[in-house]
Amino acid sequence: MTYQLNPDFYSDDVQLDPTRAGFGRGLKAAGEANESVVALCADLTESTQMHLFREAFPKRFVEVGIAEQNLVTVASGMARAGKIPFTSSYAAFSPGRNWEQIRTTVALNNQPVKIIGSHAGIYTGKDGATHQMLEDIALMRVMPNMIVIAPGDSLEAEKATLAMAENGKPTYMRLAREKTPIFSRQDSPFEIGKAYVLKEGTDVCLMGTGTMTYRLLITAKILAEQGIDAEVLHVPTIKPLDEATILASAQRSGRVVTVEEAQVAGGFGSAITELLSDKLPMPVKRLGMQDRFGESGDPKDLFEAFGLTSEHIAEQVTEWIKTTHRYHQ
Amino acid sequence: MGKLTIPQIEQKANDIRQDIIRMLVKAGSGHSAGPLGMADIFAALYFNILNIRPEEPDWADRDIMMLSNGHTVPVQYAAMAEAGFFDKQELLTLREFGSRLQGHPERERLPGLETTSGPLGSGLSQAAGYAYTMQYMDDIRDRFVYVMMGDGELNEGNIWEAAMFAGKYKLSQLIAFVDRNNIQIDGNTEDVMPLEDLKGKWESFGWHVIEIDGHNIKSIIDATSQARAISNRPTVIIAHTIPGKGVDFMQYDYKWHGVAPNSDQAKIALEKLRTLDGQITHEGAGV
Repeated sequence: MTYQLNPDFYSDDVQLDPTRAGFGRGLKAAGEANESVVALCADLTESTQMHLFREAFPKRFVEVGIAEQNLVTVASGMARAGKIPFTSSYAAFSPGRNWEQIRTTVALNNQPVKIIGSHAGIYTGKDGATHQMLEDIALMRVMPNMIVIAPGDSLEAEKATLAMAENGKPTYMRLAREKTPIFSRQDSPFEIGKAYVLKEGTDVCLMGTGTMTYRLLITAKILAEQGIDAEVLHVPTIKPLDEATILASAQRSGRVVTVEEAQVAGGFGSAITELLSDKLPMPVKRLGMQDRFGESGDPKDLFEAFGLTSEHIAEQVTEWIKTTHRYHQ
Repeated sequence: MGKLTIPQIEQKANDIRQDIIRMLVKAGSGHSAGPLGMADIFAALYFNILNIRPEEPDWADRDIMMLSNGHTVPVQYAAMAEAGFFDKQELLTLREFGSRLQGHPERERLPGLETTSGPLGSGLSQAAGYAYTMQYMDDIRDRFVYVMMGDGELNEGNIWEAAMFAGKYKLSQLIAFVDRNNIQIDGNTEDVMPLEDLKGKWESFGWHVIEIDGHNIKSIIDATSQARAISNRPTVIIAHTIPGKGVDFMQYDYKWHGVAPNSDQAKIALEKLRTLDGQITHEGAGV
């Protein structure tokens, strides 16, 4: 089935919305669908868009204050009591500060606690490096039992929230602060553990996760103008990877570029590289944050500075494929 | 499960101590002092206080017992086996590959465990989360959540986050124990990181505080009874205990915190415990 893009995606008036807003809508809907869904927040209720749930279900919302270790451990206890707890904070604090509590009381304890890390990545912009969480993908995907999701736009974040409410597993979802273009449609598929080919191509495969995917659609357009036929694969579930789709997609061109607004060490690109190295070794270029922290600035300027705009990505891809052979089986 | 009398519980505590020595010497590693010191509390919990069904560990109306200081789990395993959750023979598999009795407790391995613990400081929050659902979400009034903490683990910030949380929400179905044995790995608690004024600390966080002799079965039972009657705030029972209680060469010595007895030491320890059989005196005549 071909993935149908939002028909307005390439237009100037494409709708913009932050993924965290999709989470807020999705959580309220999940609460309506299942009365076991409860929500806990560490003093960032509106920022993380939990206020929609709080207003709809005040009895099922719990304020824990600025205490992220307590946030997830209280949630673990609630899960033992039969609840499906969603916890939210900034990703820098949860899972940044409370990783061990998540490891022991959620992942090893195998309770269906949902960790929502908002304001992840360099979209957090002006707040600076302390708040631009770049290590969360690496931290969470190494944890057994943990599902890791980075939705591509707010519509997908909404669907992902509904899906994780019902998956019965410890799950992490990373969200961004800033508005980003909506590339999917209301009827686009989303399933935890699935990757989606947004555009087929035979010269190079661009794999994106989270809010980097929309940039790759634009990158592919730029590359097409140069006669380079790029595939775009959207990988919203970083763990478990949709191995079959990723391998098939990689094989079409025989060389892969991964893009994330997170540390490339241990992150999404690492996950893809590990898979390809095991199953289908081929050249991979990982774009993202190259072992450095971010800094304060308008997100637009930061993406420029760190080489992560669609144009910069296109330039790097063009250079790389000049000197990089395709994989041939 | 029928409740035992105080002399019967004292006997169970002694049985649990002997189980602990046998488990630890077989395992060849583990913690001695804490579990021995907590044997009376666990005997009181599993044979009188907790409303549980060993043959039906997930019984929906049960009380909840969470162990926060997971390294002391031999005492919980022994109490559970004595109570009939599983065969006592299985105690000797402690820490072996493939055993349900992991070195630190894992909920999914052994029915009857309510959580997974080991890294310190996270049990109180989980118990508070459970108690919150009963009090504010599910309108359950007749069940209680008990949690056991060590005193050394009160160094952890997570504990005080939970203490603040439980105080704010007046979680009256939450009953916490602190095993106040005054030792932790590096030495005496007041040398490593002073905890006093411990009673004052908990009170200032909005808790009802009861201090007891943690080896007096009647005191333990009475304290939980009082805690269940307090309906406007959580209760913490600071149970003063002797680390290594019952084995004279281990008592009061922090060096026994994290080591198991060798076979000669175990032989002496078991002999001492056995000769105490039937000789333990108790307070509260007429109970």
